[in-house]
Amino acid sequence: MANPLITQFAGLNLSNPTMLAAGVLGYTGLSMKRVIESGAGAVVTKSMGLEARTGYGNPTVVQTDCGLLNSMGLPNPGIRHFKEEIQELNKLAAPTIFSIYGFSPEDFAEVAQIAVDLGAAAVELNVSCPHVKKAGAQVGSDPSLLMDIVKHVKKQVNKPVIVKLTPNVTDITEIAKASEKAGADAVCAINTVKAMAIDSETCRPILANKYGGLSGPAIKSIGVRCVYDIFDSVKIPIIGCGGISNWQDAIEYMLAGACAVQIGTAIAFQDITVFKSVTEGMTKYLEEKGYNSIKEIVGLAHKF
Amino acid sequence: MQYNSHKCSHSSPIEAANRMRTVELLEVKQENCSVKTLTFEDPLCSKAEPGQFVMVWIPGVDEIPISLSGIASDGLTSITVNAVGDASSALNLKKKGEIIGVRGPFGNGFVPVKGNVLVVGGGTGLGPMMPLTENLVRISSKITVMSGVKCQDNLLFLDRIADLLSSVDSETICTTEDGSYGFEGLVTSQVEKKLAAEHVDMIYTCGPEPMMYRIFLLAEQYNVPVQASLERIMRCGIGLCGSCVIGELRVCKDGPVLNSEQLRSIKDEFGKFRLDWTGKKVKQ
Repeated sequence: MANPLITQFAGLNLSNPTMLAAGVLGYTGLSMKRVIESGAGAVVTKSMGLEARTGYGNPTVVQTDCGLLNSMGLPNPGIRHFKEEIQELNKLAAPTIFSIYGFSPEDFAEVAQIAVDLGAAAVELNVSCPHVKKAGAQVGSDPSLLMDIVKHVKKQVNKPVIVKLTPNVTDITEIAKASEKAGADAVCAINTVKAMAIDSETCRPILANKYGGLSGPAIKSIGVRCVYDIFDSVKIPIIGCGGISNWQDAIEYMLAGACAVQIGTAIAFQDITVFKSVTEGMTKYLEEKGYNSIKEIVGLAHKF
Repeated sequence: MQYNSHKCSHSSPIEAANRMRTVELLEVKQENCSVKTLTFEDPLCSKAEPGQFVMVWIPGVDEIPISLSGIASDGLTSITVNAVGDASSALNLKKKGEIIGVRGPFGNGFVPVKGNVLVVGGGTGLGPMMPLTENLVRISSKITVMSGVKCQDNLLFLDRIADLLSSVDSETICTTEDGSYGFEGLVTSQVEKKLAAEHVDMIYTCGPEPMMYRIFLLAEQYNVPVQASLERIMRCGIGLCGSCVIGELRVCKDGPVLNSEQLRSIKDEFGKFRLDWTGKKVKQ
């Protein structure tokens, strides 16, 4: 019997619908190779720009009641330094998607071109990082600026372009529609939710950058709602992301309309084995429900 | 005194450990000219394994990884800090009664073995070797503690080592680079002498990476297993951010203590490369 988890969308071929989320373990080829060997269908790199960034000082991570707050500040060595790292990954069957950011549409297009030259199977536009000014969510919540970025990137490269959406907007479907209109091949929902934590003893914001992005179980229901809403608004594929810790969470996202899912925070609490347990659970679910392929369940919740 | 004792009832052990607790410094002890030991009370840290580390928040300054140098002695935990950078200097200025934050304990610990063991610390790398030695004296047949420092003023824990080893078959070997105390030269030459002279069942080490790399090579040469505690830039401390990766391993989660097999798997990078704050691979 054929692998029921085989996933195809936006021209990408994945052995299963799980992907390493951007920002997690994405610096080196070897660390991403380990994630692929642990069962991920694809990996997304750290977000990379034209120039190196050291990111913010520590603390960059705060544990909250049911989520993780982070404010790394897009640390990355610059896209060109990834040349050596990608070589290992290009030998593997799972696609490597480059998460990229920029401070202008021209920046985005230039980084995308370098990424594709290095071997990116697709680029994911980080227009949703909640804590870096003039990049990330600030551009991702402005439909016309976002459209300009997507158009520039689409004009520059002939690989799939995924837009990672911020939930920190009034209406995420408006941003998804703008992405589609500008030519995006897929959207990913959601990035982290802007948040903060204050220590009661010292009365200080804990993160060095004060604000950060909330991830993990705390945001899963927000992510599911966003995917559900977007599914009715656009025709392009949706990747679900946010608080996926087990196969039930992944299935929930797919029933809402996601054709693939990204996993990040759960790696910290369950380790890299999470990909294997999620895919095994999905396979069993399909078998028990009598489905032959994972694509049969995408968006099923919309029947009701 | 324990602050912020609220815990999430649904949380996994790692989530509970990852919750930052503010603790009051109960004692600040000057160990030598630039090194201090800070003591606090924390229930999770009191259950740590030797070799595990905590992320220490210095409010308004930074958060840095530090291995525990004292575990559960009188229910208390301690860290030993050398004032080398802005964060460690700020931490060393803290007085008794002041507040710091801790997350952890994180990573794995040293695995104690029976038999003849070498415990090798370079500089403040001797810190995590203290609680390890406390455990080893209960099971090992012979313990040799080796300490390497630049000069006599940098020596650490001599009284504590003497106390720990007083009732077991043991030896203490100190080396100084300038010859001002003990043997002159690097601690690695004493390690080599020891390995050439007697059968050793395990080498434990923590200190500068070139020192540990040399010890790893010696251990391979003499066919002796080694456990080394590595140090890298750390942000999350829980295996997520990737700042500390070496080869396929994450120092914060797969380490910080790596065994011979793991060290072999990273030999292209161990002692040679690390990631800088941008994530770029740079020479040591």
